[in-house]
Amino acid sequence: METITSIKPFLAVLVSLCVVPIIISARSPNVRETWTFVAAATKFLIVASMVPMVLNGIEIVYTVAEVLPGVAIKFRVDALGMLFALVSSSLWIVTSAYSIGYMRGLKEHSQTRYFCFFALALSATIGVAFSANLLTLYLFYEMLSFATYPLVTHHQDEEARSSGRKYLLYIVGTSIGFVLPAMLISYNLAGTLEFARQGFLAGTGSKGLIGLLLILLIFGFAKAAIMPFHSWLPAAMVAPTPVSALLHAVAVVKVGVFSIVRVLTGVFGINLLLSFDFGPFIIFVASVTILVGSFIALTQDNLKRLLAFSTIAQLSYIVLGIGLLSPKGMTGGMVHIAMHAFGKITLFFCAGAIFVATGKRNISEMVGIGRRMPVTMAAFFIASLSIIGLPPCGGFISKWYLVLGSLEAHQMPILFVLLLSSLLNAAYFMPIVYKAFFCSPEETMFEKGVKEAPPFCVVPLVITALISMVLLFYPQPFFGLADMMVKSITGG
Amino acid sequence: MSQHYPVLLVIVPLLSAFFISAAGWLNRRLCFPIAVAALSVAVFSSVGLLLRVLNENVVLYKLGGWSPPWGIVYSVDYLNGLVLVVVSVVALLNLVATQRSVEQEFSEKIGAFYTLYILFVTGLLGIVVTGDAFNLYVLLEIASLTGYGLIAMGEARAPLATLNYLYMGTIGASFYLLGIGYLYIVTGSLNMADISAILPSLYHSRTVLAAFIICMVGVWLKMAFFPLHAWLPNAYTYAPSAASSLIAPLMTKVMIYVMIRLMLTVFTPEFVFGTLTLSNSVVWLAVIAIVMGAVLALAQRNLKKMLAYIIVAEVGYMVGGAWLGNRAGMTGAILHIANDALMTLCVFLVVGNIVYKIKGYAFDDLKGLFRKMPFTMGAFVVGALSIIGVPPTCGFFSKWYLILGSIQAGHYGFMAALLFSSLVNVILFFRVIEIGYYEPVQDHEGHEAHAERVAEAPLSMLVPLLIVAAGLVVVGLYTGDIVEHVIEFAIPKGIV
Repeated sequence: METITSIKPFLAVLVSLCVVPIIISARSPNVRETWTFVAAATKFLIVASMVPMVLNGIEIVYTVAEVLPGVAIKFRVDALGMLFALVSSSLWIVTSAYSIGYMRGLKEHSQTRYFCFFALALSATIGVAFSANLLTLYLFYEMLSFATYPLVTHHQDEEARSSGRKYLLYIVGTSIGFVLPAMLISYNLAGTLEFARQGFLAGTGSKGLIGLLLILLIFGFAKAAIMPFHSWLPAAMVAPTPVSALLHAVAVVKVGVFSIVRVLTGVFGINLLLSFDFGPFIIFVASVTILVGSFIALTQDNLKRLLAFSTIAQLSYIVLGIGLLSPKGMTGGMVHIAMHAFGKITLFFCAGAIFVATGKRNISEMVGIGRRMPVTMAAFFIASLSIIGLPPCGGFISKWYLVLGSLEAHQMPILFVLLLSSLLNAAYFMPIVYKAFFCSPEETMFEKGVKEAPPFCVVPLVITALISMVLLFYPQPFFGLADMMVKSITGG
Repeated sequence: MSQHYPVLLVIVPLLSAFFISAAGWLNRRLCFPIAVAALSVAVFSSVGLLLRVLNENVVLYKLGGWSPPWGIVYSVDYLNGLVLVVVSVVALLNLVATQRSVEQEFSEKIGAFYTLYILFVTGLLGIVVTGDAFNLYVLLEIASLTGYGLIAMGEARAPLATLNYLYMGTIGASFYLLGIGYLYIVTGSLNMADISAILPSLYHSRTVLAAFIICMVGVWLKMAFFPLHAWLPNAYTYAPSAASSLIAPLMTKVMIYVMIRLMLTVFTPEFVFGTLTLSNSVVWLAVIAIVMGAVLALAQRNLKKMLAYIIVAEVGYMVGGAWLGNRAGMTGAILHIANDALMTLCVFLVVGNIVYKIKGYAFDDLKGLFRKMPFTMGAFVVGALSIIGVPPTCGFFSKWYLILGSIQAGHYGFMAALLFSSLVNVILFFRVIEIGYYEPVQDHEGHEAHAERVAEAPLSMLVPLLIVAAGLVVVGLYTGDIVEHVIEFAIPKGIV
């Protein structure tokens, strides 16, 4: 595989960092938001410009600084990182538009601070996607934790305060308590932290020690919300909806699972996990989270909390896919990063649009909403199909590959887990859609005057809903990237 | 000129102290410029010295031309070359940053304050630069006595805290002197290099053992190594802002340097880690220091005292790292001298700015500070992240080496203590950040006053603070170079 040195990945990280001073000093909200868009578009273009190279099997490398002897802050763009960066940078554009509609629609305070930390968070996300070693990944992972704290606690009230505490306690507690020692132990074992195609831990430690590292690293990246380290995610739903949408359905949680995927493939290596037979452990942890998360989602009445639990379950699909350690399963898991992102962000956008238009948060108060906000609820329906994993939506592809993967890995119980989880997904999403549209005029809880949310809210959610449909028919470049990554780590 | 750097470092500030004192009587406005000029010379010479050390390995300077071991020699190698730069730079930055706060806190006594300030820095620079064990004691006393004076100029409770510090500090210095006395009895020498050349045949002598332990207890007392820390929190809390942000970053760190100097140069690593079997126990003492420092910090209700207890924990980091007995641990300890000095300076300067504007540092005074002093609090967040140990701030990298050292030494208790303290630091700092971020400011009638206006500290205080905060990240990013080009050579080859 060819590697070339280019500053592009670093630029992609820096773009949103550079606009922060401009955003702070901007005189009017319109100027400020223009710069947000400029940064978002530039970031997306930089990321997109590297896609052809990556698809041609060229890796792009850039070293920023050698901070420790032998360990550098370094970027490497490979297929997996590109997949994730593409998803998050494209969704930033959509979310920025949505943020404007939502924040102005609700006349939220401190919007400048909001847009600043949003930009910082995006820098960190791209940094994680492109990091070439565990130290760089850890650096941006922590940066993301602290950059999102002011976003989660945006309302600055008592509820935000306690959620913020929970958020930091879980996220930073696990990263310092688990990831940091695991990183140092690995460094001490292998003398390097550079992600390698077959991992760098093979042949360095006993099964017990490697197993310990595995546990520390899987649970340490608590942004992935694997149980029992999940309860920060529902708590973080106090944030403004665009934050929940981008950070809690796309950036933050995906950074968590992305880190786990990266560590499983780049630190441990598939062969090592196979030879020590750690696959069943990973599958077990993921399956428990999938099922328990889905069951809890059934009991929720607050729409955003329901979505949060649904996210917890869906994230573990990705971990499950890698845990299968079979090519098709891993492809399914990686593609799910993209499929889930587009579906879930639409759902959050819908929840936010309903809140902006009606002020309602609870599902029990949304009877008949489909008659007043047909576009929003239609998008909701499409996105929920994608999450359930039904055609005509992109989610079908990833679920299909997960099923194939579990057959390939001879893990029959996993078929049951996938089936049950899909049924549960349908059981918590379909009643919402049903009650929104099919109810008698007397039952409907909304006056005639209730209309769709402002266009800045509605257009983005229509776009993401359409994309999640298109992805079934044209899953490129996400599918191609995942496929490439799997081929390179399995040597096939 | 450049061959006189070692002595210029000490002489220029020492003589300028007299001029400042005189200026205090004649024209008070001259005190500050003289002090800045003197410390600029110190910064210039210390940087020049470090550059010379990078080429020549060791720079020796014989005072008055007398040869060692009879005369006093100033000897600069990689270890104290680095520490000298840290001390002089921190002292100068703090001097510039606190000008307004000094004017505000003692308009009448500016001359006395700056005289003590410069003498204190002279003492510290002398301790670091000297190659003579007795000369070190003399300079230690200069630094201590002026330090007591600086602290006693603080608020109402400062004199009592100083008295407490004075008792403990004097005992510590006396212990050190006693230890050096024993060494003199058996070796007949006071020159560090000379002592270490004579000692190997005496490693099993009880006198040498006693000398070593007594010296260690002395420096531990002076650096506030738990449980010998009791003097520190009150002294650092009630001192005037400009004095706390000078003494807190430097005094304990210089004493750590003295400990490492004693371990590596006077008593060799072969003696400390080979002949003695103390290292494991001392690291456990450090574990206790870290845990207790963290727990006691949790119990505080004001910012300055909380930071003071964090210093107690940080001292545990460095003592533990130095006593792990391996290269990574020692690297971590030496690196942390520099990093901890910078980050302590950063957070204490923040306290200085807050006191300047708000006249208080209790948690209740901090409400709504993010809105009122956004830049100061921004610097506070950077300092906090560094103390927590978040990359790419420098605090992360010294913690990296300390943890790596503990793994290599198989001392998992020390690793657990470091992680525990990082987690407690998260709680400590985010508690403060929460107060500044959520709590509404109350106006005089107790109503919530919204739309609080920005009321930042003056630029002369803000700019140095922001430089220090940026420095935390820059130094972090250059860790690789500092370790490879300086610290690597500061540690004897014997330690692997």
